[in-house]
Amino acid sequence: MRTELAVIGAGPAGIAAALAAARRGIRVTLVDAAPAPGGQYFRQPAPGLGESVPQHGGRTWTRLRDALAASPVDVRPEHHVWCVERESGGLTVHALLGPEQRASVELCADAVLLATGGYETVLPFPGWTLPGVVTAGGAQALLKGGLVTPGGTVVVAGTGPLLLPVATGLAAAGVRVAALVESTHPARLPRHARALAGKLPEAAGYAARLLRHRVPVLTRHTVVRAHGKDRLTGVTVAALDARGRVRPATERLLPCDALAVGHGMLPHTDLAESLGCRLDGHAVAVDAEQRTDVPGVWAAGEATGVGGAALALAEGHIAGRSVAARLRGTTPDPDAWAPAARVRARGRTAAAALHALHGPPAHWGEGVPDDTVICRCEEVTAGAVREALALGAGDTRTVKLLTRAGMGWCQGRMCAPGVAAVTGSPPAPARRPFARPVPLGVLAAQHHRTTSPEHRPRPEEGSP
Amino acid sequence: MRTPEDGGTERAFEVTFDGRPVEALPGRTVAAVLWAAGVTSWRTTRDGGRPRGVFCGIGVCFDCLVTVNDRPNQRACLVPARPGDVIRTQEGTGHEN
Repeated sequence: MRTELAVIGAGPAGIAAALAAARRGIRVTLVDAAPAPGGQYFRQPAPGLGESVPQHGGRTWTRLRDALAASPVDVRPEHHVWCVERESGGLTVHALLGPEQRASVELCADAVLLATGGYETVLPFPGWTLPGVVTAGGAQALLKGGLVTPGGTVVVAGTGPLLLPVATGLAAAGVRVAALVESTHPARLPRHARALAGKLPEAAGYAARLLRHRVPVLTRHTVVRAHGKDRLTGVTVAALDARGRVRPATERLLPCDALAVGHGMLPHTDLAESLGCRLDGHAVAVDAEQRTDVPGVWAAGEATGVGGAALALAEGHIAGRSVAARLRGTTPDPDAWAPAARVRARGRTAAAALHALHGPPAHWGEGVPDDTVICRCEEVTAGAVREALALGAGDTRTVKLLTRAGMGWCQGRMCAPGVAAVTGSPPAPARRPFARPVPLGVLAAQHHRTTSPEHRPRPEEGSP
Repeated sequence: MRTPEDGGTERAFEVTFDGRPVEALPGRTVAAVLWAAGVTSWRTTRDGGRPRGVFCGIGVCFDCLVTVNDRPNQRACLVPARPGDVIRTQEGTGHEN
């Protein structure tokens, strides 16, 4: 099937872009892996679950949802995009149909917007593979989407702005939050006060809710160990010194059923990388119109740098307007989206300040014991990574070849920050030709298609 | 395990986990159903035989792999539970080898 604009990802950026482009007469197809639009931020409980828990940006979501329903945007859920190809006639989006993900469909488009979002970083520590240890975003996803909480008593730990809504959300759902453990020192906050001025009301709201639910907040602390045999029974937390090292004799045990832990987020850039888009650090590089350097490919939201939903909405809106103008052969007038551009500028300034404020503790890698698993998929320990270093591995790629760290199901998404921390080299974006595992039969059919054109469409794919 | 909402049991259906019946609510993923039933692990690793369950919760980490209706390597955090699902702990690769 053919469309003018294929938007990949139905979170804040993707929905804003789809609406902006559709309002200007562009035929838009919005694909997303989830059963319903919203992304991680606006994740809604399945309709069958009834009662809703307090959601992020309730009014904004209602407005977006209603606008999307009233728009001509063709929304296609349960499409797991594994590759986008540039071909002579435009761009081809390949997606596996979920949840089975056995058959693949193709969507041909004149333009593609990558609104692929991000995922959480967790640095390794002893016990982090125990059942009951989840990412902060994972705890939130289970609460928002499944209305399930991870236990009676939870510790929320790590660093970054995500920990606040996770702790308050769990507390509001009736969970005892034994502590919010944040490694950043609050004394570093004033340095960024101006950049974060716009975030202060939101932060004050979270602070009030933490107080109301009597959630103890431990700043400049970290989880050093998770305890349990076959599942989590508690965590040991300790104070950090000014240089980010654990202060001796400050350890204490907090019994808990679950640990929700996160150390920031990384953008999903696999599709951009396989298209050949230039990256800026870990994020997809874009111009003032949200265009990548690959013709016909735009990007918006966390994929272009993690900065939250308000920034993603602004970027998506600008991208959608830019696509609408460019596909009609005109040059867009940036003055027309000046309000969104102002939100974007403020959002990027605040995001930069939050990244500076919430850097993970320094010296993390050297504190990871040898027997701690770094690569969860391939069960590679910190000791094995250090042996590879001793054998002469000079970078994370050589470590991977020697140890298999990063070669498992997740393709290094989970362990890359940990491997980088232990090797002491900067984490580099990995090039992954496919954004997710693809059945061999689907790849074989692709080959068949390219060698014998009469086989399009393939018989097994059915209509989505 | 706690669930913020009770009631709705008239819409509940049954699945099994390692042979025992587990109540499920429509729209919940296999991971959410198992967590709500107090189950936190449903896989053992290939090398160490260590228990694993949900970790990232959004389909990225593949730690929550599980066998559903004899099909191994399903991500429990993505796959919706359906009435009568036979969910089994996945040992290693989930294949006989």
